Amino acid sequence: MAGGEVLRQNLPEKLEESPSGANELHVLAVDDSLVDRKVIERLLKISSCKVTVVESGTRALQYLGLDGDKKSSIGFDSVKVNLIMTDYSMPGMTGYDLLKKIKQESSVFREIPVVIMSSENILTRIDRCLEEGAEDFLLKPVKLSDVRRLKDFIMRGEVKEGEKRCCKRSRSEDCSPSSMTHPCDSSLLSSLSSSSVLSPLSPSTLSSKKSRL
Amino acid sequence: MDKVRLQREAAFIRSSLLDQGYLDEQFIQLEELQDNDNPNFVEEVVTLFYTDSARLIYNIDQALLSNPTDFTKLDDYMHQFKGSCSSIGAKKVKNECNGFGEYCEVQNYDGCFRTFQQIKQEYITLKKKLETYFQLLKEAAQIK
Repeated sequence: MAGGEVLRQNLPEKLEESPSGANELHVLAVDDSLVDRKVIERLLKISSCKVTVVESGTRALQYLGLDGDKKSSIGFDSVKVNLIMTDYSMPGMTGYDLLKKIKQESSVFREIPVVIMSSENILTRIDRCLEEGAEDFLLKPVKLSDVRRLKDFIMRGEVKEGEKRCCKRSRSEDCSPSSMTHPCDSSLLSSLSSSSVLSPLSPSTLSSKKSRL
Repeated sequence: MDKVRLQREAAFIRSSLLDQGYLDEQFIQLEELQDNDNPNFVEEVVTLFYTDSARLIYNIDQALLSNPTDFTKLDDYMHQFKGSCSSIGAKKVKNECNGFGEYCEVQNYDGCFRTFQQIKQEYITLKKKLETYFQLLKEAAQIK
Protein backbone atom coordinates (compact mmCIF):
# COMPACT_ATOMS: atom_id res chain seq x y z
CA MET A 1 0.00 0.00 0.00
CA ALA A 2 1.38 3.37 -1.01
CA GLY A 3 0.71 5.00 2.35
CA GLY A 4 2.57 2.20 4.13
CA GLU A 5 5.58 2.59 1.82
CA VAL A 6 5.88 6.26 2.68
CA LEU A 7 5.76 5.57 6.41
CA ARG A 8 8.39 2.84 6.18
CA GLN A 9 10.73 5.35 4.68
CA ASN A 10 9.96 7.65 7.58
CA LEU A 11 10.79 5.07 10.26
CA PRO A 12 14.41 6.15 10.89
CA GLU A 13 13.02 9.54 11.85
CA LYS A 14 10.48 8.11 14.31
CA LEU A 15 11.73 10.22 17.17
CA GLU A 16 10.59 13.82 16.84
CA GLU A 17 13.16 16.55 16.99
CA SER A 18 12.50 19.08 19.71
CA PRO A 19 13.66 22.69 19.20
CA SER A 20 16.84 21.90 21.11
CA GLY A 21 17.61 19.13 18.60
CA ALA A 22 17.38 16.32 21.17
CA ASN A 23 15.25 13.33 20.23
CA GLU A 24 11.87 13.57 21.91
CA LEU A 25 9.41 10.80 22.62
CA HIS A 26 5.82 11.48 21.66
CA VAL A 27 3.47 9.85 24.11
CA LEU A 28 -0.27 9.49 23.68
CA ALA A 29 -1.95 9.20 27.08
CA VAL A 30 -5.52 7.98 27.41
CA ASP A 31 -7.53 8.37 30.63
CA ASP A 32 -11.13 9.24 31.43
CA SER A 33 -10.17 10.83 34.76
CA LEU A 34 -9.60 14.58 34.69
CA VAL A 35 -7.21 14.46 37.63
CA ASP A 36 -5.21 11.57 36.19
CA ARG A 37 -4.91 13.29 32.83
CA LYS A 38 -3.43 16.34 34.48
CA VAL A 39 -0.96 14.27 36.47
CA ILE A 40 0.16 12.00 33.64
CA GLU A 41 0.61 15.00 31.37
CA ARG A 42 2.87 16.62 33.91
CA LEU A 43 4.78 13.40 34.57
CA LEU A 44 5.51 13.07 30.87
CA LYS A 45 6.33 16.73 30.25
CA ILE A 46 8.74 16.85 33.13
CA SER A 47 10.38 13.75 31.62
CA SER A 48 10.91 15.73 28.39
CA CYS A 49 8.29 13.94 26.37
CA LYS A 50 5.92 15.45 23.90
CA VAL A 51 2.44 14.68 25.23
CA THR A 52 -0.99 14.31 23.75
CA VAL A 53 -3.69 13.51 26.28
CA VAL A 54 -7.13 12.25 25.31
CA GLU A 55 -10.11 11.20 27.38
CA SER A 56 -11.17 7.99 25.66
CA GLY A 57 -10.12 5.10 23.47
CA THR A 58 -12.33 6.44 20.70
CA ARG A 59 -10.51 9.77 20.76
CA ALA A 60 -7.19 7.96 20.79
CA LEU A 61 -8.09 6.04 17.64
CA GLN A 62 -9.29 9.23 16.01
CA TYR A 63 -6.01 10.93 16.85
CA LEU A 64 -4.04 8.06 15.37
CA GLY A 65 -6.24 8.07 12.30
CA LEU A 66 -7.46 4.55 13.00
CA ASP A 67 -11.11 5.29 13.45
CA GLY A 68 -12.01 4.14 9.95
CA ASP A 69 -12.68 7.66 8.74
CA LYS A 70 -11.12 7.73 5.28
CA LYS A 71 -10.27 11.41 5.59
CA SER A 72 -8.13 10.95 8.67
CA SER A 73 -6.36 7.79 7.48
CA ILE A 74 -2.63 7.42 6.89
CA GLY A 75 -1.12 10.22 4.89
CA PHE A 76 2.14 12.11 4.55
CA ASP A 77 1.69 14.03 7.78
CA SER A 78 0.43 11.07 9.78
CA VAL A 79 0.89 11.36 13.49
CA LYS A 80 4.06 9.84 14.97
CA VAL A 81 3.51 8.32 18.38
CA ASN A 82 6.28 6.44 20.16
CA LEU A 83 4.28 5.18 23.10
CA ILE A 84 0.67 4.83 24.15
CA MET A 85 -0.22 4.84 27.83
CA THR A 86 -3.79 3.98 28.54
CA ASP A 87 -5.95 3.56 31.61
CA TYR A 88 -7.61 0.16 31.80
CA SER A 89 -11.00 1.05 33.28
CA MET A 90 -12.72 3.47 30.98
CA PRO A 91 -16.38 3.70 29.98
CA GLY A 92 -17.20 2.42 26.49
CA MET A 93 -13.86 1.30 25.11
CA THR A 94 -11.62 -0.04 27.86
CA GLY A 95 -7.84 0.19 27.71
CA TYR A 96 -7.84 -3.49 26.83
CA ASP A 97 -10.21 -2.90 23.90
CA LEU A 98 -7.96 -0.10 22.69
CA LEU A 99 -4.90 -2.33 23.03
CA LYS A 100 -6.59 -5.04 20.95
CA LYS A 101 -7.61 -2.60 18.25
CA ILE A 102 -4.08 -1.23 17.94
CA LYS A 103 -2.49 -4.68 17.84
CA GLN A 104 -4.90 -5.73 15.07
CA GLU A 105 -3.72 -2.86 12.91
CA SER A 106 -1.22 -2.68 10.07
CA SER A 107 2.42 -3.14 11.00
CA VAL A 108 3.24 0.50 11.69
CA PHE A 109 0.62 1.01 14.40
CA ARG A 110 0.96 -2.49 15.80
CA GLU A 111 4.58 -1.69 16.61
CA ILE A 112 3.71 1.21 18.90
CA PRO A 113 4.28 0.03 22.46
CA VAL A 114 1.12 0.15 24.56
CA VAL A 115 1.28 0.37 28.32
CA ILE A 116 -1.78 -0.26 30.48
CA MET A 117 -2.33 1.66 33.71
CA SER A 118 -4.70 0.40 36.38
CA SER A 119 -5.48 1.05 40.02
CA GLU A 120 -6.26 -2.65 40.46
CA ASN A 121 -3.62 -5.34 40.80
CA ILE A 122 -5.57 -8.22 39.25
CA LEU A 123 -3.36 -10.99 37.86
CA THR A 124 -5.86 -12.26 35.30
CA ARG A 125 -6.22 -8.72 34.02
CA ILE A 126 -2.46 -8.27 33.83
CA ASP A 127 -2.07 -11.61 32.04
CA ARG A 128 -4.76 -10.76 29.51
CA CYS A 129 -3.14 -7.44 28.68
CA LEU A 130 0.33 -8.89 28.32
CA GLU A 131 -1.02 -11.73 26.18
CA GLU A 132 -2.64 -9.19 23.92
CA GLY A 133 0.73 -7.50 23.46
CA ALA A 134 0.89 -4.78 26.10
CA GLU A 135 4.46 -3.76 26.75
CA ASP A 136 3.90 -3.22 30.45
CA PHE A 137 1.23 -2.92 33.10
CA LEU A 138 1.59 -0.09 35.59
CA LEU A 139 -0.21 0.20 38.87
CA LYS A 140 -1.70 3.58 39.58
CA PRO A 141 -0.80 6.07 40.78
CA VAL A 142 1.94 6.14 38.17
CA LYS A 143 5.24 7.51 39.45
CA LEU A 144 8.00 9.57 37.90
CA SER A 145 10.32 6.58 38.16
CA ASP A 146 7.86 4.51 36.07
CA VAL A 147 7.83 7.12 33.33
CA ARG A 148 11.60 7.45 33.35
CA ARG A 149 12.07 3.73 33.13
CA LEU A 150 9.54 3.48 30.29
CA LYS A 151 11.24 6.27 28.44
CA ASP A 152 14.66 4.62 28.70
CA PHE A 153 13.15 1.35 27.54
CA ILE A 154 11.44 2.95 24.53
CA MET A 155 14.54 4.91 23.59
CA ARG A 156 16.61 1.73 23.70
CA GLY A 157 13.96 0.03 21.62
CA GLU A 158 14.18 2.77 19.02
CA VAL A 159 17.94 2.31 18.82
CA LYS A 160 17.52 -1.44 18.48
CA GLU A 161 15.02 -0.95 15.66
CA GLY A 162 17.70 0.99 13.85
CA GLU A 163 20.26 -1.73 14.48
CA LYS A 164 17.87 -4.47 13.36
CA ARG A 165 17.56 -2.91 9.96
CA CYS A 166 21.31 -2.73 9.62
CA CYS A 167 22.33 -6.22 10.70
CA LYS A 168 20.81 -9.67 11.16
CA ARG A 169 20.42 -10.99 14.68
CA SER A 170 21.22 -14.60 15.45
CA ARG A 171 18.23 -16.74 16.50
CA SER A 172 19.92 -17.90 19.68
CA GLU A 173 19.75 -14.53 21.37
CA ASP A 174 16.06 -14.06 20.64
CA CYS A 175 14.36 -16.91 22.42
CA SER A 176 16.25 -17.98 25.54
CA PRO A 177 13.74 -19.41 28.04
CA SER A 178 15.63 -17.92 30.98
CA SER A 179 14.86 -14.43 29.79
CA MET A 180 11.10 -14.98 29.77
CA THR A 181 9.76 -13.66 33.02
CA HIS A 182 6.30 -14.63 34.17
CA PRO A 183 4.19 -11.72 35.37
CA CYS A 184 3.50 -13.54 38.65
CA ASP A 185 7.19 -13.59 39.56
CA SER A 186 7.83 -10.03 38.51
CA SER A 187 4.84 -8.67 40.33
CA LEU A 188 6.23 -9.90 43.64
CA LEU A 189 9.50 -8.18 42.92
CA SER A 190 7.91 -5.11 41.49
CA SER A 191 5.62 -4.54 44.44
CA LEU A 192 8.77 -3.85 46.39
CA SER A 193 10.22 -1.30 44.04
CA SER A 194 8.12 0.08 41.24
CA SER A 195 4.53 -0.12 40.10
CA SER A 196 5.48 -2.09 37.02
CA VAL A 197 4.69 -5.72 36.47
CA LEU A 198 7.56 -6.21 34.04
CA SER A 199 10.41 -4.89 36.13
CA PRO A 200 13.22 -4.71 35.24
CA LEU A 201 12.59 -4.46 31.52
CA SER A 202 15.47 -6.18 29.81
CA PRO A 203 16.39 -6.02 26.13
CA SER A 204 16.24 -9.82 25.96
CA THR A 205 12.61 -9.81 27.16
CA LEU A 206 11.85 -7.25 24.49
CA SER A 207 13.48 -9.23 21.73
CA SER A 208 11.81 -12.50 22.71
CA LYS A 209 8.40 -10.77 22.75
CA LYS A 210 9.01 -9.17 19.40
CA SER A 211 9.95 -12.48 17.86
CA ARG A 212 6.47 -13.76 18.78
CA LEU A 213 4.71 -11.08 16.74
CA MET B 1 2.84 38.40 59.23
CA ASP B 2 6.39 37.07 59.12
CA LYS B 3 7.27 35.10 55.95
CA VAL B 4 9.30 32.48 57.79
CA ARG B 5 6.57 32.00 60.36
CA LEU B 6 3.96 31.45 57.67
CA GLN B 7 6.21 28.94 55.91
CA ARG B 8 6.82 27.14 59.17
CA GLU B 9 3.11 26.93 59.87
CA ALA B 10 2.49 25.54 56.40
CA ALA B 11 5.30 23.01 56.85
CA PHE B 12 3.79 21.96 60.15
CA ILE B 13 0.39 21.33 58.59
CA ARG B 14 2.07 19.36 55.82
CA SER B 15 4.03 17.10 58.20
CA SER B 16 0.95 16.51 60.32
CA LEU B 17 -1.11 15.53 57.31
CA LEU B 18 1.58 13.06 56.27
CA ASP B 19 2.27 11.75 59.78
CA GLN B 20 -1.38 11.31 60.65
CA GLY B 21 -2.08 9.47 57.42
CA TYR B 22 -4.31 12.05 55.78
CA LEU B 23 -1.85 12.15 52.91
CA ASP B 24 0.61 9.60 51.55
CA GLU B 25 3.69 9.45 49.27
CA GLN B 26 1.63 10.30 46.21
CA PHE B 27 1.23 13.84 47.55
CA ILE B 28 5.03 14.07 47.79
CA GLN B 29 5.25 12.73 44.24
CA LEU B 30 3.02 15.60 43.11
CA GLU B 31 5.29 18.05 44.90
CA GLU B 32 8.20 16.65 42.91
CA LEU B 33 6.37 17.58 39.73
CA GLN B 34 6.26 21.21 40.78
CA ASP B 35 8.95 23.62 39.60
CA ASN B 36 9.48 27.27 38.74
CA ASP B 37 7.55 26.87 35.50
CA ASN B 38 4.67 25.19 37.31
CA PRO B 39 4.84 26.63 40.83
CA ASN B 40 1.23 25.88 41.72
CA PHE B 41 0.93 22.41 40.29
CA VAL B 42 -0.01 20.68 43.54
CA GLU B 43 -2.66 23.22 44.38
CA GLU B 44 -4.03 22.99 40.84
CA VAL B 45 -4.34 19.21 41.05
CA VAL B 46 -5.95 19.36 44.48
CA THR B 47 -8.39 22.02 43.31
CA LEU B 48 -9.21 19.95 40.25
CA PHE B 49 -9.76 16.95 42.50
CA TYR B 50 -12.24 18.75 44.71
CA THR B 51 -14.11 20.25 41.77
CA ASP B 52 -14.28 17.00 39.86
CA SER B 53 -15.06 14.73 42.80
CA ALA B 54 -17.92 16.99 43.92
CA ARG B 55 -19.74 15.64 40.90
CA LEU B 56 -19.05 12.04 41.92
CA ILE B 57 -20.15 12.71 45.50
CA TYR B 58 -23.38 14.16 44.22
CA ASN B 59 -23.90 11.11 41.99
CA ILE B 60 -23.32 8.75 44.88
CA ASP B 61 -25.67 10.71 47.12
CA GLN B 62 -28.33 10.55 44.43
CA ALA B 63 -27.75 6.86 43.82
CA LEU B 64 -28.15 6.22 47.56
CA LEU B 65 -31.50 8.01 47.45
CA SER B 66 -32.77 5.96 44.52
CA ASN B 67 -35.04 3.02 45.09
CA PRO B 68 -34.18 0.29 44.26
CA THR B 69 -30.47 0.79 44.94
CA ASP B 70 -28.27 0.29 41.91
CA PHE B 71 -25.19 -1.21 43.54
CA THR B 72 -23.37 -1.54 40.22
CA LYS B 73 -23.67 2.17 39.64
CA LEU B 74 -22.62 2.92 43.20
CA ASP B 75 -19.58 0.72 42.85
CA ASP B 76 -18.69 2.36 39.57
CA TYR B 77 -18.90 5.91 40.96
CA MET B 78 -16.94 4.89 44.01
CA HIS B 79 -14.27 3.28 41.87
CA GLN B 80 -13.81 6.56 40.02
CA PHE B 81 -13.81 8.54 43.25
CA LYS B 82 -11.31 6.22 44.89
CA GLY B 83 -9.04 6.49 41.86
CA SER B 84 -8.97 10.25 42.13
CA CYS B 85 -8.28 10.12 45.86
CA SER B 86 -5.37 7.84 45.16
CA SER B 87 -4.01 10.22 42.53
CA ILE B 88 -3.67 13.10 44.95
CA GLY B 89 -2.50 10.99 47.88
CA ALA B 90 -5.68 11.36 49.93
CA LYS B 91 -4.89 8.28 52.01
CA LYS B 92 -7.55 8.38 54.72
CA VAL B 93 -10.40 9.12 52.33
CA LYS B 94 -9.20 6.39 49.99
CA ASN B 95 -9.07 3.85 52.80
CA GLU B 96 -12.64 4.63 53.83
CA CYS B 97 -13.64 3.86 50.25
CA ASN B 98 -12.51 0.26 50.64
CA GLY B 99 -15.17 -0.30 53.26
CA PHE B 100 -17.80 1.10 50.94
CA GLY B 101 -16.74 -1.28 48.19
CA GLU B 102 -17.12 -4.26 50.48
CA TYR B 103 -20.64 -3.26 51.49
CA CYS B 104 -21.51 -2.72 47.84
CA GLU B 105 -20.37 -6.18 46.96
CA VAL B 106 -22.75 -7.78 49.49
CA GLN B 107 -25.42 -5.22 48.66
CA ASN B 108 -25.60 -3.93 52.21
CA TYR B 109 -27.33 -0.58 51.84
CA ASP B 110 -26.95 0.54 55.46
CA GLY B 111 -23.27 -0.23 55.39
CA CYS B 112 -22.87 1.76 52.18
CA PHE B 113 -24.84 4.69 53.51
CA ARG B 114 -23.02 4.88 56.84
CA THR B 115 -19.61 4.47 55.27
CA PHE B 116 -20.33 7.17 52.75
CA GLN B 117 -21.14 9.66 55.51
CA GLN B 118 -17.73 8.88 56.99
CA ILE B 119 -16.10 9.30 53.60
CA LYS B 120 -17.69 12.70 53.18
CA GLN B 121 -16.49 13.70 56.65
CA GLU B 122 -12.89 12.76 55.91
CA TYR B 123 -13.14 14.39 52.49
CA ILE B 124 -14.25 17.72 53.99
CA THR B 125 -11.72 17.56 56.83
CA LEU B 126 -8.89 17.12 54.35
CA LYS B 127 -10.25 19.85 52.14
CA LYS B 128 -10.20 22.37 55.00
CA LYS B 129 -6.70 21.44 56.07
CA LEU B 130 -5.37 21.68 52.52
CA GLU B 131 -7.10 24.99 51.97
CA THR B 132 -5.37 26.40 55.05
CA TYR B 133 -2.07 24.92 53.90
CA PHE B 134 -2.21 26.47 50.44
CA GLN B 135 -3.45 29.75 51.83
CA LEU B 136 -0.44 29.98 54.14
CA LEU B 137 1.93 29.18 51.28
CA LYS B 138 0.28 31.84 49.17
CA GLU B 139 0.56 34.47 51.91
CA ALA B 140 4.18 33.58 52.51
CA ALA B 141 4.95 33.83 48.81
CA GLN B 142 3.48 37.30 48.67
CA ILE B 143 5.88 38.62 51.32
CA LYS B 144 9.30 39.68 50.00
